Amino acid sequence: MEKDKVPQDEGITAGISREVQYAINKDGKYEKVLSKGWEPKNIVNELAWKDIQEDIDLADEKIKSGKASPIMHYMAKTLMNITLLADYIELPKWKVKRHLKPKGFKKLKQEQLENYAKVFEISVDELLNFKP
Amino acid sequence: MKLDFEHIPAGHCENGVISSLLKYHGLNLSEAMIFGIGSGYFFAYMPFVKLNGIPIASFRPVPGMIFTKAAKRLGIKMKKQTFRKQPKRAMAELDKVLEKKLPVGIQGGVYHLSYFTPAYRFHFNAHNMAVYGKEDNTYFISDPVMEYAITLTSVELKKVRFAKGPLSPNGKMYYPINIPEEIDLKSAIYKGIKQTADWMLTIPVPLFGVKGIRYLSKRLRKWPEKLGTKRAAAYLAQMVRMLEEIGTGGAGFRFIYAAFLQEVAEVMQDDRYNELSKEMTKIGDKWRNFSSQAAQTCKGRSSDPDGYNTVANLILEIADDEERFFIEIKKLIK
Repeated sequence: MEKDKVPQDEGITAGISREVQYAINKDGKYEKVLSKGWEPKNIVNELAWKDIQEDIDLADEKIKSGKASPIMHYMAKTLMNITLLADYIELPKWKVKRHLKPKGFKKLKQEQLENYAKVFEISVDELLNFKP
Repeated sequence: MKLDFEHIPAGHCENGVISSLLKYHGLNLSEAMIFGIGSGYFFAYMPFVKLNGIPIASFRPVPGMIFTKAAKRLGIKMKKQTFRKQPKRAMAELDKVLEKKLPVGIQGGVYHLSYFTPAYRFHFNAHNMAVYGKEDNTYFISDPVMEYAITLTSVELKKVRFAKGPLSPNGKMYYPINIPEEIDLKSAIYKGIKQTADWMLTIPVPLFGVKGIRYLSKRLRKWPEKLGTKRAAAYLAQMVRMLEEIGTGGAGFRFIYAAFLQEVAEVMQDDRYNELSKEMTKIGDKWRNFSSQAAQTCKGRSSDPDGYNTVANLILEIADDEERFFIEIKKLIK
């Protein structure tokens, strides 16, 4: 790619950083050029986040219909699955699965609630009072 | 205390950190040179290895390998440490090395990087950055994929170093402890190129190298029919992200490799490497074209009703080009 063709499409990194792109200058030599972004990258990144939003919406529906606990919302929001969440909470997966149900959630002790809240970077109140 | 360390933005974090650390110790090797010597160029498509439930294609070998191979081939001795479940010790050890006026490379998870664009904050744990100082509870950080040097608080850095999930860093840190006076650059370059050519041409499993690219093409063609439109788009989008999203320098490292070959031409005083660099640029441009068309297909904006077949054909052509390329380069290093 030639230096003057390095795309400068503002998008996902706007206002935060520019990224290094290797490109050929007028003398035919490679150099590092800073790029503001590229539209195809914006498209695929947005798509990935749209899927995450759908996961959150799905979790919220389950919570509304009484099939899931607030943990499911925050798990989706922090882009985790059960394996990763169990890893952070330092509990076996089957226990986390239980806490994802309203019944198991109600039985959580203060200490465990604090643990979840800490991992999700929210307060215990926010976790307990979450309404989708 | 802040070391006199130069922040150099790079295409890829792992190469960038090594290049900057070596520069601090007086050895000037570019990111591209480290990448080539460390055999960073690769292709793997293993449909069973998934990120967010979607298979990934990898355009580089497993994290850490470039670094290990480059150091070995250059005769540089690195100190490497991990601290499983010992965050306090990991932070204390980092401070101790910084006190000795040595900048330190660390592995970390990007999810907890407060300075990252939120769009990139996924649970990816094989990111690398250099720490070059500390004042009170603030660490000075050079993250090669950022335009400017940044800082993290001690609490933040601990989270980053102890991110969980696949490839969890366990506080991994590394720094050079011995750099030889004389470096046999030519021999290191030959070894790096030879291994890449072998990987791309001769791994007897059809998931890797040129064969892997052809395999991806075959699978990709069937995605819409097998997975439905929505899921197929998510799969294709992830391919583009692997190629272009942070840390590849463009086109899944193909342009960095082209830059490496230009440097090789100078070291070897052999213009044939410049010709090969031009070929590699064309290959990179084709991958970029793939990304561009694939993104349009994902978005449903493609004017081509048969978008998946079109991009599958593009990849097949690239596989042929890469095969020809590595057969040619192998002739030069005999």
